[in-house]
Amino acid sequence: MTLKVALRADVPIPLDVAFSVAPGELVALVGHSGSGKTTILRAIAGLWQPEEARVTVAGAVWLDSAAKVALPAHRRHVGMVFQNYALFPHMTAAGNVMAAMERPDRAEALRLLDLVNLHGFADRKPAQLSGGQQQRVALARALARKPAALLLDEPFSAVDRATRERLHAEILALRAHLAMPMILVTHDMNEAQLLADRMVVIERGRVVREGTTAAVMADPDALRAMGIREVAAMLPVTVEGADEDGLTRLDAATGPLYLPGVDSAPGTRLRVRIMAHEVILSRDRPVGLSAQNILPCTVTAIRAGDGPGVMVHLAVGADEIVASITRRAAAQLALQPGDTAHAILKSMSVARDHITGAGRT
Amino acid sequence: MDWTSLTLSLELAAWTVAILLPVSVLGGRWLAYGRFRAKGAVEALVMLPLVLPPTVFGFYLLLAFGRNSPVGAFWQETFGHQLVFTFEGLVVASVIFNLPFAIQPAQRGFEAIAVDLREAAATCGMSPWRSLWKVELPLAWPGLMTAMVLTFAQTLGEFGIVLMGGGSIPGETKTVAIAIYDRVQGFDMQGAGIMSAALVAISFSAIAITYGLSARVGRRLA
Repeated sequence: MTLKVALRADVPIPLDVAFSVAPGELVALVGHSGSGKTTILRAIAGLWQPEEARVTVAGAVWLDSAAKVALPAHRRHVGMVFQNYALFPHMTAAGNVMAAMERPDRAEALRLLDLVNLHGFADRKPAQLSGGQQQRVALARALARKPAALLLDEPFSAVDRATRERLHAEILALRAHLAMPMILVTHDMNEAQLLADRMVVIERGRVVREGTTAAVMADPDALRAMGIREVAAMLPVTVEGADEDGLTRLDAATGPLYLPGVDSAPGTRLRVRIMAHEVILSRDRPVGLSAQNILPCTVTAIRAGDGPGVMVHLAVGADEIVASITRRAAAQLALQPGDTAHAILKSMSVARDHITGAGRT
Repeated sequence: MDWTSLTLSLELAAWTVAILLPVSVLGGRWLAYGRFRAKGAVEALVMLPLVLPPTVFGFYLLLAFGRNSPVGAFWQETFGHQLVFTFEGLVVASVIFNLPFAIQPAQRGFEAIAVDLREAAATCGMSPWRSLWKVELPLAWPGLMTAMVLTFAQTLGEFGIVLMGGGSIPGETKTVAIAIYDRVQGFDMQGAGIMSAALVAISFSAIAITYGLSARVGRRLA
């Protein structure tokens, strides 16, 4: 079921990439606009033909320029979600979903609409649906084809922030049902970090970095290529409950975190985004400190960057966060891989928009 | 009232529409989506009948369909009679003359369909034919309907070409527009008036019905 992609082209943009996506894996293609992400996706879907290419899914050859094989788009089993939804305006939501089925089956269409939380909207036309609802229909339609690969082209860029966060949570919840390789094209690093297992960083049509989301996001060189200065990690937590003073207790692997404004129910699994420069390190557990959120951790690696800073990778149980501290501070603490330490997370660094639902699994 | 010539005109219009409907769908779609070097030339050629005086157009058709031309000779051999001054000849002339009215609105109709809708149809597994039937025709329908109504009304009113290429044979090539002209020439102002009024009524109804229908299609999509 693995999707293997190798493309080379000179027009419309120079392109030379190769990567593969495992079944059930979600890979984010990230990079600046104009870097070639969407073009790569279109080549996989059969909407654009590069000069040299080979695209295979589960052994089936979709495109092989050497062997002169190029299946037309409608004969490739892809599910594609377009940036602007591209719903058929003359069909209802259910009609749109059925349009992608070989044998239209309304019961199955309704099941898929339920799956994307659109119960009761089956007979609405796209014009009668909000942007977020249209995007859900587009996703249901892409799944209706029982695709061998799911391609998402900036699927959340046209909806407002609140809707986007809800859709992110729904996608994460949906992933348990999806066994095909998935590619998400996005320029939103937050989104890529939240949704993807792996990242492929595209720069001027080339892969400049490829790896797990955690590894790429902790790599200053990769981030610089993307024009991002701030390294951040996503720490999985479970909502424990609300305290009387309005703070919510979230349990991370090695201790509790207290955050304001979390309205998720107890038991909900979330991920908290922690910026590396908002983490202070201490060897001993500090006392008499105003900061509330202190997590015991183990140093796994220390990486020097340009200038006076270093990145300290910290294991929090099986999870990882990154602290950006100065070289001098690292020397004074005499930090070595394997050392235990305490990560002090400034409360203010964990803002409301960085708390995102990780679904109900 | 000259019922024969009115029926003949309606028959001519119906044949013209029937032949031009598939031509406008395929031709309009081709010109709307196609990217080729001669596109401008093809579009100009399609529009040519609109700007040429009907007499000039009719003159060339007369030459092209005459017994001495390859087309005329082929017709004579195949069907045993000549093409000019027959109903078939009128239909062929009418089809060519109406190309701009049939293709232009259809082309605009197909051009109005967003590219990503056609791409979505393909990634939904629809073959080009299925995409045409399920997605493009329903969306381009107002343009196609305009094309057909314009063609129909235009054929009813066409005069110059019919006179040049068809003559005025009752029941064969004498359409209602010619009949009206004949009546006026014969000082039968009342007869001409009745037929003119009938033509106005038919053309107006055809256009009114189309606009009513396309407004409904517009609401259906909104």
